[in-house]
Amino acid sequence: MDRRAALARMVAITGSAMIGSEFFLAGCRRPGKHATKPFTPQDLVLMNEIGDTIIPATDTPGAKAVGIGAFMAMMVGDCYDDDNHAAFQDGLTQIDQASRKRTGRAFAESAPAQRLALLVDIDRENRTYTQNRKPTDPQHYFKLMKDLTLLGFFTSEIGCTRALRFVETPGSYDGNVPYRKGEKLWVNPMRRV
Amino acid sequence: MALQQYDAIVVGSGISGGWAAKELCERGLKTLLLDRGRNVEHVKDYTTAYTAPWEIPHRGMSPQSLLKKYPVSRRARVLYELNAQFFIDDKQCPYVEAKPFDWVRGYQVGGRSLTWGRQCYRWSDFDFTANQVDGSGIDWPIRYKDIAPWYDHVERFAGISGSMEGLPQLPDGQFLPPMDLNCVEQSVAARIKEHYKDQRRMIIGRTANLTTPLGGRGSCQYRDKCELGCPFGAYFSTQSATLPAAMKTGNLTLRPFSIVRRLLYDKAAARVSGVEILDAETKGTIEFKSKIVFLCASTLNSAWVLMNSATDDWPDGLGSSSGELGHNVLDHHTRAGANGQVDGFEDRYVYGRRPNNFYVPRFRNLFGDKRPYLRGFGYQGSASRQDWSRNIAELGVGAPLKEAITEPGQWTIGMSGFGETLPYHDNRVYLDKTKRDNWGLPVLAMDCAIRDNEKLMRQDMKNDAAEMLEAAGVKNVKATDFGYTFGSCIHEMGAARMGTDPKTSVLNANNQVWDAKNVFVTDGACMASSGCVNPSLTYMALTARAVEFAAQAMKRGDL
Repeated sequence: MDRRAALARMVAITGSAMIGSEFFLAGCRRPGKHATKPFTPQDLVLMNEIGDTIIPATDTPGAKAVGIGAFMAMMVGDCYDDDNHAAFQDGLTQIDQASRKRTGRAFAESAPAQRLALLVDIDRENRTYTQNRKPTDPQHYFKLMKDLTLLGFFTSEIGCTRALRFVETPGSYDGNVPYRKGEKLWVNPMRRV
Repeated sequence: MALQQYDAIVVGSGISGGWAAKELCERGLKTLLLDRGRNVEHVKDYTTAYTAPWEIPHRGMSPQSLLKKYPVSRRARVLYELNAQFFIDDKQCPYVEAKPFDWVRGYQVGGRSLTWGRQCYRWSDFDFTANQVDGSGIDWPIRYKDIAPWYDHVERFAGISGSMEGLPQLPDGQFLPPMDLNCVEQSVAARIKEHYKDQRRMIIGRTANLTTPLGGRGSCQYRDKCELGCPFGAYFSTQSATLPAAMKTGNLTLRPFSIVRRLLYDKAAARVSGVEILDAETKGTIEFKSKIVFLCASTLNSAWVLMNSATDDWPDGLGSSSGELGHNVLDHHTRAGANGQVDGFEDRYVYGRRPNNFYVPRFRNLFGDKRPYLRGFGYQGSASRQDWSRNIAELGVGAPLKEAITEPGQWTIGMSGFGETLPYHDNRVYLDKTKRDNWGLPVLAMDCAIRDNEKLMRQDMKNDAAEMLEAAGVKNVKATDFGYTFGSCIHEMGAARMGTDPKTSVLNANNQVWDAKNVFVTDGACMASSGCVNPSLTYMALTARAVEFAAQAMKRGDL
């Protein structure tokens, strides 16, 4: 299966791409050359803090509250091919190193404002890279982390029922209801890829 | 314990087989309904129908283990963690791809009626006369007037919601109230209608989802989880509709795990005496006898059963005397269309999850329009507001990002074409006896491809979609063609076509095998051309029509 074609088809049918499409479709690729290793407890702490910086607690809980570190570890292990798995783990090291260089502290020990400033910069780098990325190039590690954070948070019970609006059985359909700025998204649980 | 002797045996319990069983049983015929897969009990076996998003282990993404287990079924991008139980284990049921072919199957009671797309459209005489008019394939032995009362019959029972449009190319039917186009779709539809002076129309899809309760089934609750099985019975499936009706008569015996290996053929009598099955669990062989057989095993498996039957008399199988069995395989070619963004409507949103799309009926090569290819296509698509997965470049990470993507984003709209494929003798499936499945049975080989006519049509599928969206004021319109693999629309048809002449067709006008008139093939295998609309409603109508013919003939003593 051509992963770009598959992604593009979803765009054609739904008018919008679904998150995670790229990393899901990464599963189609041949086994990677890179060795992967299990996540350590320190990794999980770091991943929780990265997730919570991407989606922080506001008037609703943030990504750490939904166990985003454990979710990312599970998804990377189960869904990623070895190349993306290795890229993700390498990214954890890079984030910690960059943090030490800037603040003298590991990412999880730095101040929230310092974490945010670092990830804003890394995300800018990610977006430039992703825009110019050739189909054969690996994903930027921060794209993987950001995609997994959004997926894990917005499909969690807290994400669905507190950050968004969720009703299991709507009972009716109205294709033209008033909307006021500030009202939350309705969850559509059928986001398969 | 199943009896050995029946009035009728139905092979396959999907959309067509379920209808055959219902109609046969309601005419007082003792009927044995066979399916090769497990039983799936209505509601009770819809084990994932109420799974919350956060209870889905990988949240809709596919783990590597799932991709490995379903290398074929996953290709059409319908299968995922929650509905994998309704697709086959690909490793048990291999086939040979002489050319690339996506064969997505559901081997269980109810077959693919559990997971189908539910779009239901009538054929018109533009479709039934198409082969005769342009000389592709062979002429259909029936016309719209022959099937129209049977469309009425099946629509009234199945429950099809839709709007009356008065279009000659897409006849109206016995509809339940239509679902609504959403506000953006309505706006685009109005501008298309105006721009093309009503020569093109965007309408709400006609779908086998109940918009009012019907026959003890509940109406649609707008959960958009149809393919997990509906606890309300709100969409048509064997389980929700035809099977309970057949059961109610007391005339039905249902036997799961029954792989029909061959029809038992008596050449002197030119009829079959029953079927030989392989019990999928014990692998034991059992014979069941009947006066008539309805073969509804799904298009390519019905062809497979015929190819495996009466081979002492015809090496290529029962119904092969014309040389057309396994040939003229059809599908709809898809994945070409357009999408774009819609400005405005920021103060409008939707409530509920509509399990339906809009539909643009065929407009090419009709009413004086003349294109450099034959036949035409329709579109399906939808408009929606972007959700949290949208990319907001200027909001990298943190609270502003979270704030922004917890609210609905811009409206977008997209549509994708469903194009007719012409009947080509060389598009064929055949038995490959060098390869065996899990039960030691020979497998099918697929040798099918689209050709110049379809490739030319795809240009229009792409460009017309873009032109229409632009005419409707849609911004940033992108025309797209993502390529198509034969079979991937899961609308496989043909392989045992109907016709007027036993020399060029496998079935006659009543779906009887020319070489064994007590065998009726009424699933997609019977189709002599593909049309461009979703085909299941036509299988339902042809099945009900053939049962009426068979029952009358039995009454007269002709069968």
